[in-house]
Amino acid sequence: MSDPVTTPPVSTDEEVDTSRRKFLTAATAATGAVGAGFTLVPFIASWKPSERARALGAPLEIDVSKIEPGQMITQSWRKQPIYVVRRTPEAVAGLAQHDGGLKDPKSEASDQPTYAKNEQRSIKPEFLVLYAACTHLGCLPKQHFTQGDPTLGPDWPGGFFCPCHGSRFDLAGRVFNGSPASVNLRVPPYKFESDTMLVIGVDATAQGAA
Amino acid sequence: MRNPLRNAILALAFLAAPAVHAAGGGLPGEWQKWQPGNEINNIASLQRGAGHFMGYCAGCHSLKYVRYSRLAADLKIPEAQLESTLLPPGAKKGDYVITALAAADGEAWFGKTPPDLSLITRAKGSDHVYRFLKTFYVDDKTVNGTNNLALPGTAMPHVLSALQGAQALKTVKKDGHEHFEGFEQLEPGQLTAAQYDEFVRDTVNFLEYAGEPAKAKRMSLGVWVILFLLMFTAFAYLLKKEYWRDVK
Amino acid sequence: MAASPDTAAKGGFRAWLNKRLPVDEFVQSQLTGYFAPKNFNLWYFFGALSLMVFVIQILSGIFLTMHYKPSELMAFDSVEYIMREVEWGWLIRYMHSTGASFFFIVVYLHMFRALMYGSYRAPRELLWLLGMLLYLALMAEAFMGYVLPWGNMSYWGAQVIVNLFGTIPVIGPGIVEWIRGDYGIADSTLNRFFALHVIAVPFAIAFLILMHLVALRQTGSNNPDGIEIKAKLGADGKPVDGIPFHPYYTVKDLVGVGVFLLFFCGVIFFVPTFGGLFLEKPNFEPANALSTPEHIAPVWYFTAFYAMLRAVPDQQMGALLMLLAIVVLFFLPWLDRSPVKSIRYKGWMSKVALALFVVAFIVLSYLGLQPADGVYVILARIFTAIYFAYFILMPWYTRAEKTKAAPERVTYHA
Repeated sequence: MSDPVTTPPVSTDEEVDTSRRKFLTAATAATGAVGAGFTLVPFIASWKPSERARALGAPLEIDVSKIEPGQMITQSWRKQPIYVVRRTPEAVAGLAQHDGGLKDPKSEASDQPTYAKNEQRSIKPEFLVLYAACTHLGCLPKQHFTQGDPTLGPDWPGGFFCPCHGSRFDLAGRVFNGSPASVNLRVPPYKFESDTMLVIGVDATAQGAA
Repeated sequence: MRNPLRNAILALAFLAAPAVHAAGGGLPGEWQKWQPGNEINNIASLQRGAGHFMGYCAGCHSLKYVRYSRLAADLKIPEAQLESTLLPPGAKKGDYVITALAAADGEAWFGKTPPDLSLITRAKGSDHVYRFLKTFYVDDKTVNGTNNLALPGTAMPHVLSALQGAQALKTVKKDGHEHFEGFEQLEPGQLTAAQYDEFVRDTVNFLEYAGEPAKAKRMSLGVWVILFLLMFTAFAYLLKKEYWRDVK
Repeated sequence: MAASPDTAAKGGFRAWLNKRLPVDEFVQSQLTGYFAPKNFNLWYFFGALSLMVFVIQILSGIFLTMHYKPSELMAFDSVEYIMREVEWGWLIRYMHSTGASFFFIVVYLHMFRALMYGSYRAPRELLWLLGMLLYLALMAEAFMGYVLPWGNMSYWGAQVIVNLFGTIPVIGPGIVEWIRGDYGIADSTLNRFFALHVIAVPFAIAFLILMHLVALRQTGSNNPDGIEIKAKLGADGKPVDGIPFHPYYTVKDLVGVGVFLLFFCGVIFFVPTFGGLFLEKPNFEPANALSTPEHIAPVWYFTAFYAMLRAVPDQQMGALLMLLAIVVLFFLPWLDRSPVKSIRYKGWMSKVALALFVVAFIVLSYLGLQPADGVYVILARIFTAIYFAYFILMPWYTRAEKTKAAPERVTYHA
């Protein structure tokens, strides 16, 4: 206080123990960085589907006995449209007839549960369950189930046609050659709780609920 | 309220906050000090409380912010048990706990729609809910035949009277005012006084959980956060000391 | 770590960057080359901490708006949705609600520091005025934020505060209706408060913080001795009692941040309602236009002014007095006539006056939480008088008392 001499308030570099200083700087910075990292977790996680979203995304039950043969219904599960088609026996039989015109007839490169990786792409040949999103850019493919549909030519075996970019799929959701889409329509997880009760969102092989 | 760690931290770190009391009932006395002593980590108590709620309260009251699925997960209730004992017929696991009683019916029967209880312990305090469930007494002057010390003139009948039995109010005159002296058991209930107290404690404990489902997680995580911050502060303090050796 | 001015001469990304953006120059002028008095004590943490709480509020607030619904029908439910169904939503919400109270705690301590050491005195009058504007903006921000959860206390708090504008002669009733956008507190009120709370007022606060800091850099910080370190320059032209803000005060403030976060997280994780002071019980009931909570009071940081409002038996005079209690703070730089700035060298009258003022503010804050009857009103009147006496008598007692001479150099013991 009473010191009249103006001493420099800060030490010169020679007096400083730099290794201790460096260690403590690193330790504080590292702890601070870890803390900041932990702090980020709640903020990032708050963007995950909330409990409401998960409750609304609970498995969906559909009574398929109400669908007439040759008809299709559209349902929404987890904000995604789902097609459930009841195929006629003729349509099922027809699936084997046009493998040569398909990009991925055995669904090797396509996305479906293992229990739907067969020629009908379904658990029961009669019922086809699909995500109704074109594998090209996500539009809704339209149903064109009639054979030889005039808009699609005399060879059309019946299936789906995407109006956005012209992708064509058969009645098992398999994509035809010449379509911009490269893989078959995706199949959601599902199971049959009884002969007529279809549950979307639970795998047929899984024990218990999803 | 009984968490020793929390109390210790409170005592060390904070000035006692002046408590802002919820308005109590009219009659002064010992009952105004009763506390349930909730244990938010006592899963068995919470499970019993959930059962009591579904059995005795859910007929008229909802927990409109609480989902059965969340309840089962937090209270470690197995799925089979959830479906067999807690889920009302027709309800799905993801549904909120909503009473089957229509609001209009509630108003017609009781003169007032029974309130949602999701936040009752937060709005009134769990002490209040505990005292409410313990201080029903026989009163011929009311429509229900019962009255309540914590909420005088309540429209709610004593739905737990089969368990508690019927009790009458004993008062004593002190300094010209009526004071609460105690209760006199008129008819026995199915439960002893101690069992009934346990029953109400479990129920209130469950309602406290329902008021803030994240509470148990909040408390347990908080310990780690504080320990981590102590480490950070220690490093920062040493760093500050090291640098400030320069300053003369 | 130290950025020397010649780094720009070296090659690499840093040189490239500095040619285009004056990063090193900024660091040099604002941190390593900004000299702060070396004798800061505990009270000098709260400015930096206020800034940190502001950042916490912005960050947590942004994430709350992602889930909150500013509508009469959905606001209350959406807050409970955040508390229960959004992953970690409870933590983000408690950060924000606790942050509101802590904002006022650190700002009040920051302001008390200024009162103690005369930081409002010339040449820092404008710094003080900018700080006062910040305080006003913060009050507006806090009030409108408090309405958003749409609990019953939110609703009735809004009702009472908005009705204060009705005491303005002639145009009052029209203004009240205009603020509400309806004939009562309604959806429109909530919606506009939301817009102001999340966009307009935070922008104003950010701008004022920037101005506050620029003004601070211009005058330099005051210190507990209340003397100007710029008056004593060394041979190198730097203040002999100044030390570079970075690293010395950055590392020191880190300790402050650590201690602050201990308190902050202690509240968030263990007592987020703080016994009904930070989150009030009636606000866990949805807004109900037909039922007023039994004891209606604002949150603790406004209760001192609320107590003054209720101390006056006349509606208009009460509102005016409350307004004056804040306005008088703006005049502080010109009320203090003492030859010294710091309380350390002022006479006993200033010390007693400041102590009484602090007691008055705390007691009034307490009284504002209590029912307005009987002895409470009498006490509120007494302490309101003390509150104003601090300011009104200041020109007199700061000149009348005997002061000590402020030292040449700052007081510092290594």
